Amino acid sequence: MQWLFGLVLAVTAVVLPFALSNYHVFQLAMVLSYAIALVGLNILTGYSGQISLGHGAFLAIGAYTTAILIDKYDMHYGLTIPLAALICFVAGFLFGLPALRLEGHYLALATFSLAVALPQLLKFKHLEEWTGGVQGIVIMKPESPFKDIMGLQINADRWMYFVSLFIAIVMFILARNILKGRVGRALIAIRDHPIAAASMGINTSLYKSLAFGVSALFTGVAGSLSALLVSFVAPDSFNVFLSIILLVGMVIGGVATLSGALWGALFIQFIPNLADEISKAAPWAIYGVSMIAFMYLMPMGIAGALALLSRRLSRH
Amino acid sequence: MIVETFLHQIMAGIATGGIYASLALALVMIYQSTHHINFAQGEIAMFATYLAWSLINAGVSYWLAFFATLVLSFLLGALIQRIIIKPVERAPVLNVVVVFIGLLVILNSLAGWIFSYTIKPFPSPFPKEPPFGWSIISSHELGSIGVTLVLLILLFLFFRFTTLGLAMRAAAQNPDSSRLVGIRVGRMLALGWGLAAMIGSIAGMMIAPVVFLEPNMMSGVLLYAFAAALVGGIDSPFGAVLGGFIVGILENVLGAYLIGTELKLSVALVLIVSVLTFKPAGLFGKNIVTRV
Amino acid sequence: MKNRKILKLMLSLVMACTVSLSWGQKKYDPGATDTSIKIGQTMPYSGPASAYGVIGKVQAAYFTHLNETGGINGRKINFISLDDGYSPPKTVEMARKLVEQEEVLFLVGTLGTPSNSAIHKYMNIKKVPHLFLATGASKWNDPKNFPWTMGFNPNYRSEGKLYALDILRTRPNAKIAVLFQNDDYGKDYFNGFKEGLGDKAKTMIVAEASYEVTDPTIDSQIVTLKGSGADTFFNITTPKFAAQAVRKVDEIGWKPVQYLNQVSASVGSVLKPAGLEKAVGIISMQYIKDPTDKSWDKDPSMLEFKALVKKYLPEVNPDDGNATFGYALGQLTHHVLMQAGDNLTRENILKISTNLSNYQIPIVLPGVIASTSASDYALFQTIQLVKFDGARWVNYGKPVTIQ
Repeated sequence: MQWLFGLVLAVTAVVLPFALSNYHVFQLAMVLSYAIALVGLNILTGYSGQISLGHGAFLAIGAYTTAILIDKYDMHYGLTIPLAALICFVAGFLFGLPALRLEGHYLALATFSLAVALPQLLKFKHLEEWTGGVQGIVIMKPESPFKDIMGLQINADRWMYFVSLFIAIVMFILARNILKGRVGRALIAIRDHPIAAASMGINTSLYKSLAFGVSALFTGVAGSLSALLVSFVAPDSFNVFLSIILLVGMVIGGVATLSGALWGALFIQFIPNLADEISKAAPWAIYGVSMIAFMYLMPMGIAGALALLSRRLSRH
Repeated sequence: MIVETFLHQIMAGIATGGIYASLALALVMIYQSTHHINFAQGEIAMFATYLAWSLINAGVSYWLAFFATLVLSFLLGALIQRIIIKPVERAPVLNVVVVFIGLLVILNSLAGWIFSYTIKPFPSPFPKEPPFGWSIISSHELGSIGVTLVLLILLFLFFRFTTLGLAMRAAAQNPDSSRLVGIRVGRMLALGWGLAAMIGSIAGMMIAPVVFLEPNMMSGVLLYAFAAALVGGIDSPFGAVLGGFIVGILENVLGAYLIGTELKLSVALVLIVSVLTFKPAGLFGKNIVTRV
Repeated sequence: MKNRKILKLMLSLVMACTVSLSWGQKKYDPGATDTSIKIGQTMPYSGPASAYGVIGKVQAAYFTHLNETGGINGRKINFISLDDGYSPPKTVEMARKLVEQEEVLFLVGTLGTPSNSAIHKYMNIKKVPHLFLATGASKWNDPKNFPWTMGFNPNYRSEGKLYALDILRTRPNAKIAVLFQNDDYGKDYFNGFKEGLGDKAKTMIVAEASYEVTDPTIDSQIVTLKGSGADTFFNITTPKFAAQAVRKVDEIGWKPVQYLNQVSASVGSVLKPAGLEKAVGIISMQYIKDPTDKSWDKDPSMLEFKALVKKYLPEVNPDDGNATFGYALGQLTHHVLMQAGDNLTRENILKISTNLSNYQIPIVLPGVIASTSASDYALFQTIQLVKFDGARWVNYGKPVTIQ
């Protein structure tokens, strides 16, 4: 059953960009970028139980890394992504160290402050030469290296979609391997029974800091991709609300699930547009209502609800 | 001149700190009674202030509008708890957080739609002339600090010395055991929300004359109030208020003298993380020891 | 011989017919039809800049009203304004939707410097007119590199420069303190100001302080600025903070000569809440008629504006400077479309917009003329400084030409 679903998904993913307009392909690529970010957030908050209200900061670091490397050093965009990943891993790990002592609300506050402070840092005049200050950095959208494949036209949008798809698949497989193995079990143990986990010999500090680092790495890759897709980075792109929306997306998609990241990304990308069509007067009121509605109707997230549904169906 | 300016900065910090402290009290209230930090607290306060404004705009006298708003906000808070929060009462904490965020967004959007985004002046019950002819603080700012301190004392007395306060704390800390001793947990939660909304409305009515009433009035304050409450200790009203003043003064002094206004937020971040690293439960909070 | 003559005659007849046909022929680009014209816009209806959403709402009302009274040249205007939450990635998405999915004829009045920066290149690559941007950043006047983009607001940089020149002229030994919003808008004004002061900037500016849009108050900044001993104050703030600053300056007993940026010079939405008596003597710039100014009480465009707001947008405050701004945008767009007649191609729209010759937008102050050319896309060539007398803005000096 799962195989079939996976196959259908794979075929759809490859065929879709040729059936849709460039604008929709762009949107789908953005969804993939958000999905990678949500996998990252899930590793930290869902599996490891460390709440983060500041993941927008890692999106920003990843995005700016890519933008600066392309703008100042003419680096090929493909190279910037692993570099952004590395830098974000280090940043996340370093932030994870003092965060070790913080639990629950306190950690939420610390990460929230990170999200609030980062835009100001990006605008700081002594860093302006690198970050472009308030003006931001404009980068060239990557061109497609192929004119067409087997008669199917590959324009820039489709090319970037496939790049995003490839990276998303790689990251998802990476996440799955991390989480299904010992590391994943250790993280869940730390989340649910930290004292028991410690007494069983799990080095909780190391795992928690690593979780922060890995989570930041994933989100950094997502940020990198989004910079390439939008072709522009500015401090205003990474405000506090972005971090909050990432958390909302993760929960609505499904905490501690990988497929949840994709559902959450779809929610983040498309629900605001829908809300805007329903009401121009108070679009975010509709958005807020939808958040609450999802929590009432699907407390385990969309992934959880689907799992429940498939279990019910397989019983018959 | 330099000394005068420095004193002035401290006073301005105390005045701003008073703003943070008053909202932080509402956060403490909601935490003590539900063990949740309500991210929508600022927006509820803002919305309540708009209710007050509507009454005053319709010709009602200030004090009548003030007390009517207290009652209305209490009802608003209690209703929100009963209708919107109750369905997720037993859900994982992250779900509750999402509901809070949804509430925040709805209230903000509704306020903008109903009342428009143009800033509105809000009257102050305190005299226009500065106290004792000083120029470093206005009567309103001094008066608001007074109101915050009175609220602080009332809150402290309520939780420490009244049966109701004890019942509320019990309901939040251990709902199941509380039910066994006859506490109506549902009622306690609604009461907690109502009281928090009421305190928030007072905070809003004290803040609005200073910053002008508009839908995004509380967004900037919330982060600092949150920081104040946690730095001071989320279960200590006294800590929250002190935290508010500390955050206000530090923010002003650092911004004015040490690192300039362009890095204020980053320094605030470093400070918060540092304080919490050394005192994870806040300056006056109690370290909760969990049973294995 | 005779056949040749007939052939020639027929040929010339055919040519005459073709020429006359193309003369009166309607030309359409995507978005334009016989009965409708589709135009697009992105605007922050949500998020931190939602206060500016009024601009879009007033424009929408303007076109609704226009449609109800016959439209333009018999065509109805389909005005699509999308929310971008002041977030550049969202602006990119919405702009692409408007251009690629809705296929609008052009974009008008998109708001915000970062938002527009994000779609600047895109609009020019796609060759879609990117008109009358609701931002005063200096970079929109670049016909050589970005021929399809043109701004609306008088340039922030030029405005800042003018205040500096005024100080140099009237009080060359002034000590200046500056408060600015820490973003594109604030920095643009400040840079223009410093440019205007030239070498004397370093000695004349004795204190500067910035604030973030997320800051609750700017009291601390004002205290710092007063403490510097400055006797002149350049107030570069958006409406909410402008009101706070004007009031606080008065409260702490500081009496500098104050310059206030135009964006926050609305009597109804800034000076009244702050306290009119506290704003006496402030120098600023005005280019749109102020609804609270009694001299416009019988002005036809002001009456129309107030009636429009009352009928279609009862929850909007007509004294809000953003509302009249939106109305001005609507009027200018209306004018351009009228001029285009049946030639509704993007190229023609751009040509008309960048070749405006002395058009007086009705709701704009008399004498402030809209004029553009192929080498200079700046809409308003002159700026009029004004001084507040406690009730209204009064002309201060003569209109100055902007370089």
